[in-house]
Amino acid sequence: MTDIKKLTIKDTIKAFKEKEFSSEELRREFLKSIKKENKELNAYLSVFEKEALNEKNDGVFSGVPCAVKDNILIEDTICTAGSKILGNYVSTYDATVIKKLREAGAVFLGKTNLDEFAMGSSTENSAFGPTKNPHDLTRVPGGSSGGSAAAVAAGLAVFALGSDTGGSIRFPASFCGVVGLKPTYGRVSRRGLMAMASSLDQIGTLTKNVYDAALVLNIIAGRDEFDSTTVMGKVPDYTDGIDKSIKGLKIGVPKEYFGEGLDDEVKNSINKAISKLQNLGAEIIDISLPHSEYALAAYYIIMPCEASANLARYDGIKYGFSEAGKVNNLLDVYLGSRGNGFGEEARRRIMLGTYALSAGYYDAYYRKAQQIRTLVKNDFDEAFKKVDVIIGPTAPTVAFKLGEKTADPLEMYLSDIYTVAINLAGVPAISIPCGFINKLPVGLQIIGRHFDEATILRVGHNFENN
Amino acid sequence: MSLSKMEIEHIAKLARLGLSEKEKEKLSQELSGILDYMKKLNEIDTKNVEPTAQVSGLLNIFRSDGSPQKIDVERIKKIISQAPEREDNFVKTKPILGR
Repeated sequence: MTDIKKLTIKDTIKAFKEKEFSSEELRREFLKSIKKENKELNAYLSVFEKEALNEKNDGVFSGVPCAVKDNILIEDTICTAGSKILGNYVSTYDATVIKKLREAGAVFLGKTNLDEFAMGSSTENSAFGPTKNPHDLTRVPGGSSGGSAAAVAAGLAVFALGSDTGGSIRFPASFCGVVGLKPTYGRVSRRGLMAMASSLDQIGTLTKNVYDAALVLNIIAGRDEFDSTTVMGKVPDYTDGIDKSIKGLKIGVPKEYFGEGLDDEVKNSINKAISKLQNLGAEIIDISLPHSEYALAAYYIIMPCEASANLARYDGIKYGFSEAGKVNNLLDVYLGSRGNGFGEEARRRIMLGTYALSAGYYDAYYRKAQQIRTLVKNDFDEAFKKVDVIIGPTAPTVAFKLGEKTADPLEMYLSDIYTVAINLAGVPAISIPCGFINKLPVGLQIIGRHFDEATILRVGHNFENN
Repeated sequence: MSLSKMEIEHIAKLARLGLSEKEKEKLSQELSGILDYMKKLNEIDTKNVEPTAQVSGLLNIFRSDGSPQKIDVERIKKIISQAPEREDNFVKTKPILGR
């Protein structure tokens, strides 16, 4: 059998067609690899050993095995969000993206590890232990979709789904050397994704190459009556024109993404990528996103505010971890279940968000941050009048060591410096591997106009194949 | 910027989080540090800037008027069965009025 670890979606479908192996054989091979390697990696939180294959399905992804971040619901299976508070929670319905993948014939191998409720940049905030980076087991895979990124990088899934609120797909993609796509806000339904910060959350893909990202987006994109933030209109075929040359395309390089804090070697690697794109015929244009330096502070107000409201639903009464059996009044049920059910980072963000939204502070924090958000968004609108895409680093460094940043929450937050502005503006972005430093991958971030995933995919695909 | 222990206790109560004494102290330091960083935002004058709550540009999305879905009894049972305390097909909570 071919090396299943390197299989792309395209390869897999071709191999099925040529009867190289059956979907059941492939699924069993993947389960075998997971069994062998997951103990060390901890990429999967649960594995579906017995999932029945729908042999009759003749969808475009028929038999293609994938992994799903454990904050996306698959009916009748445990969904923990990486939290003790949902350790025993069983999903009561399929997320819309799951429904769509199921209809297309995809096979779910299992659920992947994440920072609790997708809150973190290293997957160290999981209640079920950190995931390790497949390139170096002493390092983090990035987060919060660290399990999905590590599973794809280690070849334990053909592709995976993740979610991205401030970089949670792109950041681990960068650290693990895979392709991570965060679509435009409104492109993909979030029904069945556990809400963290609702004005920022988006579901996206972790894949082995850019073409696969286009294939998965083709399936999961589109309007959903159950998510009123999804937009109407026809979804294009994202593989259409992905091969087209980038000659004459205008690529903006924001000076703010190359300043203090960016590792010198990462900078070199990104500069090399820029030269390569120039050699492919793109026109490189220096631009400015003047409010970049304020985006992180605005993000770390807006996100915890929305998260504190969204996480109010975990009350120890409707489902999940509860101390109701130990105490006699309602307030104590709340205090005990939430205080002991949520992990440290979730508690910190709930506190931060509750403070910023509390009487007397709303204008100084939440409203101020939303005003800055307008300025950040305007920066992108202005830039996209001059250029077709914007590029820069995904992360300021390569993967850091496990435990290196857990002592200081603010230092961990600073890792997201190049990714959060994209969520504030709601534009799409993709991280693609662009080199290695001491065997650790570096990610190039390509940012596009609202709903113009096609162009960032085209740039990525051209970069990858030349 | 510094958050007193009393402020931390007030916020924790609003957020319905039971915190240990040790954690209250830790959070008072950590949150103060994070809020100091947020001061950065005051460098920018936003007097005439409209706030952005979301970026989809969509407004007032309604579903068509009518009965949405058939009531799915099995699904309701599944949902209720997750409640830590329940009776028949009901979710149970503690009394909120003193007895």
